Amino acid sequence: MTPETPQTRVEAGALPAPERASAFSLDVEEMSIREAVRAWFGKLRSGDPGALPSVLGLIVLVILFSQVSDQFLSAYNIGNIPGQGAYIAVIAMGLVFVLLLGEIDLSAGTAGGACAAFAAVGVFKGNLHDGLPGTLYWAIVIGMALVVGLAVWLKTYAGAVVVLLGLVLVLTNQTQHLVPALIAAVCIGAAIGIFNGYLVAKVGIPSFVVTLALFLAWQGVLQFALSGQPVNTSNYELWHDLTYGNLSVTNSWIFVTVIVSGYLAYTVLRSVRAKAAGLAHETMGLVLARGAVIATVAVLVTAWASQNRNTNPFKVIQGIPVPAAIAIVLMIGCTFVLTKTTWGRHLYATGGNIEAARRAGIDVVHMKVTAFALCSAFGALGGIMLASSQSSASLDLGSGNVLLFSVAAAVIGGTSLFGGRGRPRDAILGALVIAIIPNGLLLKTSLDPQWQQVITGVVLLIAAAVDAVSRRRSARG
Amino acid sequence: MSDPILQISKLNKSFGPVHVLHDVDFNVYPGEVTALVGDNGAGKSTLVKCIAGIHGIDSGEIRFEGRPVTLNDPRDATALGLEFVYQDLALADNLDITQNMFLGREIRRFGSLLSDGEMERRARETLASLSVRTVSSVRQLVASLSGGQRQTVAIARAVLWNSKIVFLDEPTAALGVAQTREVLDLVRRLADQGCGVVFISHNMNDVVEVADRVAALYLGRLAAEVPTKGTTTTQIVELITSGRSGEVGLTAAVASENI
Repeated sequence: MTPETPQTRVEAGALPAPERASAFSLDVEEMSIREAVRAWFGKLRSGDPGALPSVLGLIVLVILFSQVSDQFLSAYNIGNIPGQGAYIAVIAMGLVFVLLLGEIDLSAGTAGGACAAFAAVGVFKGNLHDGLPGTLYWAIVIGMALVVGLAVWLKTYAGAVVVLLGLVLVLTNQTQHLVPALIAAVCIGAAIGIFNGYLVAKVGIPSFVVTLALFLAWQGVLQFALSGQPVNTSNYELWHDLTYGNLSVTNSWIFVTVIVSGYLAYTVLRSVRAKAAGLAHETMGLVLARGAVIATVAVLVTAWASQNRNTNPFKVIQGIPVPAAIAIVLMIGCTFVLTKTTWGRHLYATGGNIEAARRAGIDVVHMKVTAFALCSAFGALGGIMLASSQSSASLDLGSGNVLLFSVAAAVIGGTSLFGGRGRPRDAILGALVIAIIPNGLLLKTSLDPQWQQVITGVVLLIAAAVDAVSRRRSARG
Repeated sequence: MSDPILQISKLNKSFGPVHVLHDVDFNVYPGEVTALVGDNGAGKSTLVKCIAGIHGIDSGEIRFEGRPVTLNDPRDATALGLEFVYQDLALADNLDITQNMFLGREIRRFGSLLSDGEMERRARETLASLSVRTVSSVRQLVASLSGGQRQTVAIARAVLWNSKIVFLDEPTAALGVAQTREVLDLVRRLADQGCGVVFISHNMNDVVEVADRVAALYLGRLAAEVPTKGTTTTQIVELITSGRSGEVGLTAAVASENI
């Protein structure tokens, strides 16, 4: 990659053969294990640390906390961490879509809290119409109907269908049953997101302001919805299990087998296909070696999780925690959408250079609206998970630090606040870091809880510093 | 000489009271580089934007491959095979070369899934057909490319679609000596492949070197369209600055009319 070489003066066709061979040389070569390692270090040096900082941070924290308390590494405690971090991971995954555009959604937490509260009221009171204060019910119905129109006008047809589904569930009072109620909550979340996207992309209000205003507003709506009365969600088995449930041992093995073999099949197929098409590809050795490592880790973790980890002899706790499974499935889904579909490609492009995207014929308004819709829908799901982990749709569901922790999770994982860079995986890793801190600190009873926020803040600061330094390197390099 | 592929005659364009283009005639020939020169405010950009369908025209006729066309929307121009590379290139830094070349026109399978392998192969073919040798991988991020390489990618993106005419807005403005060389070679090869190229530039050396003919705009009028061969840099500069050079150009009366 030396554009200033004098060879460029040579006329086309008159080029000596060896020079020609150097063009696209990297595109046809095979990537062996050694080269993969070298490429990884090269990427690191050029200022793309990827998942490294968050993984290193996790390792440091784990070592630290295992010194602080011998209970930290106990199976029981480790098994609790997914439940404690899942809602952050889910909200953060939604935020990644918006952060990729260089926008932010501060309202995802409280909007999600309000949506979860609607679901809670629906199932608890048995009738959303009577359960909610009169005007609020009609406000939701009319608001959703308007958003359907808005979505059609903005050509976000998938969004319109989702909101319409939610509207039908609400109007037909299916919200008295748990599953339809939870689906309706996510649909209402999508409606909120489309509204956010409209205000940001069409009206032109900065997303920070739009979502800050709605962050405040949804907190009030939540309290209206609950009429000052928290709803206990632990009575609903499914809802309770979202955080506290475990896959049965058989299902755990099925789950892990499907995911690992799916991954293996995908990478093998990709390598074979690329080789057949004469493109750069990873050698079968590299693919199998990496697959073997992942499979071994997965098998070890599953075998470990399949043992009873409860210290109390009266109840058996074993299997992969449901929240971990939910987070993994969502991560795979989001990663697929972002990397394999035109929508995902266009989202990255819009975040990287909005003008380039517009000139390439991408409807950037549509991209923004759909990103915000997804973010708020994930926010609603996160609110549901949060209510599950608190065992209650409380009066402050999703407010306070929930959203800020989620943003922090995405950033610690490596997502840029300036757009164009980020992955769903970041949200998971960052959420693990965020969840481990209070978990570890609570085990050290001599340490005051105030430390929790100080340490979380310091970790975030370090993550941001790593991001800034690596970006400066990449700009220079 | 072959017939012009794009033929513009008596084109007029006003923005409110400001008459920006006066009866401009402009032709683009296949396999030739036509340089469009003129001082700032002479109407180069406006002319290009009229052709791109960004501005509507007030009067005049645009003929493409001999038949009259109307260009009211950028998509009309793209559909005809007109591609435009603007000065800021419009590349997304966080995407790689292939992704940028296919941005907005991705090859898909099963509805909306990306066909990355196919795109990679075609990107490489296109770059190879332009004899681009400075790129070692089409999966490099655009952020890591030099100015000349970026220009190359932007031009390659324009020719990827079997475009008939490529408009280049000051492609060498921000480049060093070697990179300018690289881009000029590319422009030449583009024309040699049979593509019509419109080359907008303020650099007379580049114009004289790469262009087959020069169209000079002077205060919204076409001062002259002359073959580069036999025309000196001084003459072109005169056409740009005063609208006439000896026998060529606007008549003295017209040239001084606007001053």
